[in-house]
Amino acid sequence: MKHLFHGLMPVCRKEALHIVRDRGTLIFALLLPMIQLFLFGFAIDTNIRQVPTVVLDESRTQQSRQLLERFAASDVFALRGQVESLDALYAAIQAGKARVGIRIPTDYARRLLNGTTATVLVLVDGSDSTVAAQAVNTATGVALRQSLAQVLPSGNMPIDVRPSVLYNPSTRSANFFVPGLVGILLQVMTILLIALSMVRERERGTLEQLTMTPVGPLGLMVGKMLPYGLLAFGELCAILFVMRVVFLVPIHGNVFVLLLLSLPFLLTVLGLGLVISTRARTQAEAFQLAMGTILPSVFLSGYIFLIENMPPIFKAISAVIPATYYIRILRGIILRGAGLGDLWVPGLVLTLMGCAMIALAARLFVRQRAG
Amino acid sequence: MSAAIVADRLTICFGDFTAVNDVSFAVEQGEIFGFLGPNGSGKTTIIKALCGLLKPTSGTGSILGMDIRKDAAEIKRHVGYMSQKFGLYEDLTVGENIDFYAGVYGIAGQKALARKDEVLALTGIERYLDRRAGQLSGGWKQRLALACAIIHSPEVVFLDEPTAGIDPVARRALWDLLFRLSGQGVTFFVTTHYMDEAERCGRVGYIYLSNLVAMGTVPELQRLPAANPEGTSRIEIAIPNASAMLEPIRHLQGIHEATIFGQSIHALAETSQLAALRSHLASARIEIIEPSLEDVFVTLTYRIMEAGQ
Repeated sequence: MKHLFHGLMPVCRKEALHIVRDRGTLIFALLLPMIQLFLFGFAIDTNIRQVPTVVLDESRTQQSRQLLERFAASDVFALRGQVESLDALYAAIQAGKARVGIRIPTDYARRLLNGTTATVLVLVDGSDSTVAAQAVNTATGVALRQSLAQVLPSGNMPIDVRPSVLYNPSTRSANFFVPGLVGILLQVMTILLIALSMVRERERGTLEQLTMTPVGPLGLMVGKMLPYGLLAFGELCAILFVMRVVFLVPIHGNVFVLLLLSLPFLLTVLGLGLVISTRARTQAEAFQLAMGTILPSVFLSGYIFLIENMPPIFKAISAVIPATYYIRILRGIILRGAGLGDLWVPGLVLTLMGCAMIALAARLFVRQRAG
Repeated sequence: MSAAIVADRLTICFGDFTAVNDVSFAVEQGEIFGFLGPNGSGKTTIIKALCGLLKPTSGTGSILGMDIRKDAAEIKRHVGYMSQKFGLYEDLTVGENIDFYAGVYGIAGQKALARKDEVLALTGIERYLDRRAGQLSGGWKQRLALACAIIHSPEVVFLDEPTAGIDPVARRALWDLLFRLSGQGVTFFVTTHYMDEAERCGRVGYIYLSNLVAMGTVPELQRLPAANPEGTSRIEIAIPNASAMLEPIRHLQGIHEATIFGQSIHALAETSQLAALRSHLASARIEIIEPSLEDVFVTLTYRIMEAGQ
């Protein structure tokens, strides 16, 4: 057992020297996740606001203008002007100038006054399903409120639902997405750093030299994991700081619990990086493989899509993706103020995954160096 | 005293491919053993097997009496290895490279410092102590690589094409170093492409297509019957404009091999045809010579190729 870990300290010291010497890689590694955090943090906003909308108001009455005001007041629709014909309304949507078209027919006001049903046409561009769904919901809501106001002259609603959104009262997208983004960025950076460091040794022939020395497979791997793990941990702190200060995402739980539960995730992604390094001959290959881990981590981890809505096969895949568990931890602590007692299960799963990953990397490494 | 390196009917297969076929040899302590052969003939594979990195398919071997099948971990502590890639960290300084390998071999404290001074003095690389390895010339890189490979005072050192791409002065400096170390009892196993280097070795083995086809001291190899077929003589033909004459001479009756050697042509000729050759090439001076090591290996290789066909 002892000889498996042989050489850990010299490897660790040497790797720290590499990190300090190779300024380019260091800056790249630390700066890139920051830049991405800014880019994606500001770009991702799933709350639908100010959807460009054009209007064909054939009624041109006080009632039709009142309805349009209601639409505008919803904040979902941004009225971007009037058109004069139904064709022009369709054309504006097709050209992408507007995503929603509202047509109020000539007889709108008359039907309202008669007490018959007035129809309002709302055309919605379905090419973005989230926008479409939100637009339809809001339009229906606007119509419903306007109808109720019509039938209930007193203005008192019989039922008033008062939704209270816990943990993220303003339903800011940033609060939901930035904590997950922290996990994704941390994963990409960490995998890349350690995999490239290992593959560099292979390319330069130093790995061949090391296999001729008494260095044990775990001595080499853990010796690399310590400095890169420390680097990634520092980056995590920096990213969390930016999240708090720039994106104003409040951390409801205990930061130290968050940092503690980040360690098993770091262990897992470092192990994953090492597994990748045994599969890649060149740095370019390692880069591609590392990038290949991003897509499943983004789409199947619950970062963007709800795991509950996935077909069983994808649910199963998401269960073996480390990011799934880490994002659960991040959101739990940051958004809901959860503690160790609530999140020990994902923490344990990640720890087990990490150990399995390192054992696998060591096995692959030993088998490979023989060949 | 048993031999420092022993290969006993070593056979190594990768799937269907036999990389090393039934190779046996023994290298005595303090000897410099040269190992020649074209690329892909199995030289590096044998080194890997002897260092315990590869389990031989059959056969066995030992280093300093340790079994290569069982004592791999122990063997590594007593063996130094240097490849043509050198295995240096170019962004670390000379001193840091040496410190790293000392650490890896578990040498620490006073002992590490003392040993570091020793290898620095031996290789003469002290003056570049704080220079990055990547900024050294090829020759100095090679000396640093050797310093790293012997930091743990190994009794046996494997050098895998140590002088590929190194200028002649640096090559000679390296060989001087090897001789000094071998004088101290260190055993060297050196693979090379260079015939002049092979000629410096105490004994030479020639591996071709996974088989060890010849082994011995240089004079022994020169007298090898396989390299001097019955009824043939090795001759030097000193002739004006030798390069232009090479092709015509190759086609003369009784000439088996011919190649340019400086200003003249070296050939393997049938002894019975010598008189006819002399009269045919009136302007040439023809003398019988000893075969060079290169002549020996080329003749051996041709014979194997012919036998294979």
